[in-house]
Amino acid sequence: MSTIMSESDITRALRRIAHEILERNNGAKSLVLLGIPTRGATLARRLANLIGDLEGEACSLGTLDTTLYRDDLRLQSPRSLLPTEIPKEGITDRNIVLVDDVLYSGRTIRAALDALSEFGRPKTVQLAVLVDRGHRELPIRADFVGKNLPTSRNERVMVKVVEIDGVDDVSIEGSKIEGNK
Amino acid sequence: MSQHLLSISDLTKLSALHILDTAANLAKATETMIKKLPTLRGRTIVNLFFEDSTRTRISFEAAAKRLSADVINFSAKGSSLSKGESLKDTAITLQAMGADGVVIRHPASGAPKRLADQKWMSGSVINAGDGTHEHPTQALLDAFTIRERLLGGEGDLRGMRIAIVGDILHSRVARSNILLLKMLGADVTLIAPATLLPVNINNWGVDVSFDFDKEISSFDVVMMLRVQRERMVESFFPSEREYARNYGLNSERLSKLKEKALVMHPGPMNRGLEISADAADSIHSVIPEQVKNGVLVRMAVLYLLLSGEQL
Repeated sequence: MSTIMSESDITRALRRIAHEILERNNGAKSLVLLGIPTRGATLARRLANLIGDLEGEACSLGTLDTTLYRDDLRLQSPRSLLPTEIPKEGITDRNIVLVDDVLYSGRTIRAALDALSEFGRPKTVQLAVLVDRGHRELPIRADFVGKNLPTSRNERVMVKVVEIDGVDDVSIEGSKIEGNK
Repeated sequence: MSQHLLSISDLTKLSALHILDTAANLAKATETMIKKLPTLRGRTIVNLFFEDSTRTRISFEAAAKRLSADVINFSAKGSSLSKGESLKDTAITLQAMGADGVVIRHPASGAPKRLADQKWMSGSVINAGDGTHEHPTQALLDAFTIRERLLGGEGDLRGMRIAIVGDILHSRVARSNILLLKMLGADVTLIAPATLLPVNINNWGVDVSFDFDKEISSFDVVMMLRVQRERMVESFFPSEREYARNYGLNSERLSKLKEKALVMHPGPMNRGLEISADAADSIHSVIPEQVKNGVLVRMAVLYLLLSGEQL
């Protein structure tokens, strides 16, 4: 197991993403951050705090559980559901930023897009991730990336956050050689 | 969770709480706008009702439809069941139709277990009430309602004092509730005339009282049971008026309840017998909420039993 990002790397990446989000959306007005539980929701909260500090006003924040919309439910034992909390002003005509910890196959994000369409019609949907590890199975890309991390499919990327795991770091586990095709 | 839900005793405290948490998250996912989730698209659920029911069947149907499952309603009246078809042949038919889940209500205790054990069909079996045995989803929705109203929607029911009042003898709702509420740490007191209590009641690990008025102000929840006239072949009490006076929830008893106490009833109610109209419609009453929560809890059960690959 080797550490890819330390606590300060994560903080710096999130600060940069906060600035990029504000730049792209011309400020925090009409912005809604939706974190995908569990770690994505934590990262979304941190981004919202950073954006709040930069802009001087709080940014709308929520969580979106994608489990009920997944296309692989049949392939494994039932998954636990996690909380969905859509800000009460809704998402219609707003600029949504989905926040997740790791972008991999893209299937979670596809499920999130389906889930979003049930709650309204956003003006735009953007995607922020802490780590993009490649191996996409769908035509989906991130707008804001903390770190691009080339991996093999055999490896596991683990994101830990201090609110849940007691420590902030990103690490990678498993052999690199086996997975190289 | 195992493949079937036949009895509360199939559950552990952990899996019971998991069902309640799943229902709570489904509530959050559906409260804003969504009425329909794609989760069980392509799955077929059969409602197999050998006994009359309105709310349970409708509730299961609504739950299945909100998860996009296909629902086939099969009631004893107007089907081959009334021509004397056996449970086995019915099950084989359902298997041939490709039922992924069967929700069964049957007047004979143990019928759902037979359906599950005999391997006539491969789908999940969910007990929606069998004879005087159990009605597990009713107990789960009752626990969910208590937790949402009195405990902030989290954790178990430790410290709750719950009275179950009335026809315990014939009540599958009471049996499931006693098992579940005790498992979740609540104190359960049964209040009934001696004739409406099962013989071995002392082994159930609950308090028994014959006097409804004595401790009425100490309960957090008063769960009234329907007097099941259709199961009573002999007389269990001298008259309905006497039963209503001794064991009915009337306005006088209502006024003695704790300020935040809940009045529950699994329905259908005999207004004027076990519960007076003003008790059923009072601010203590959460009876309509029980119905609403019933759909959520049944969605959770269907999701947990049917969404994944069965191992």
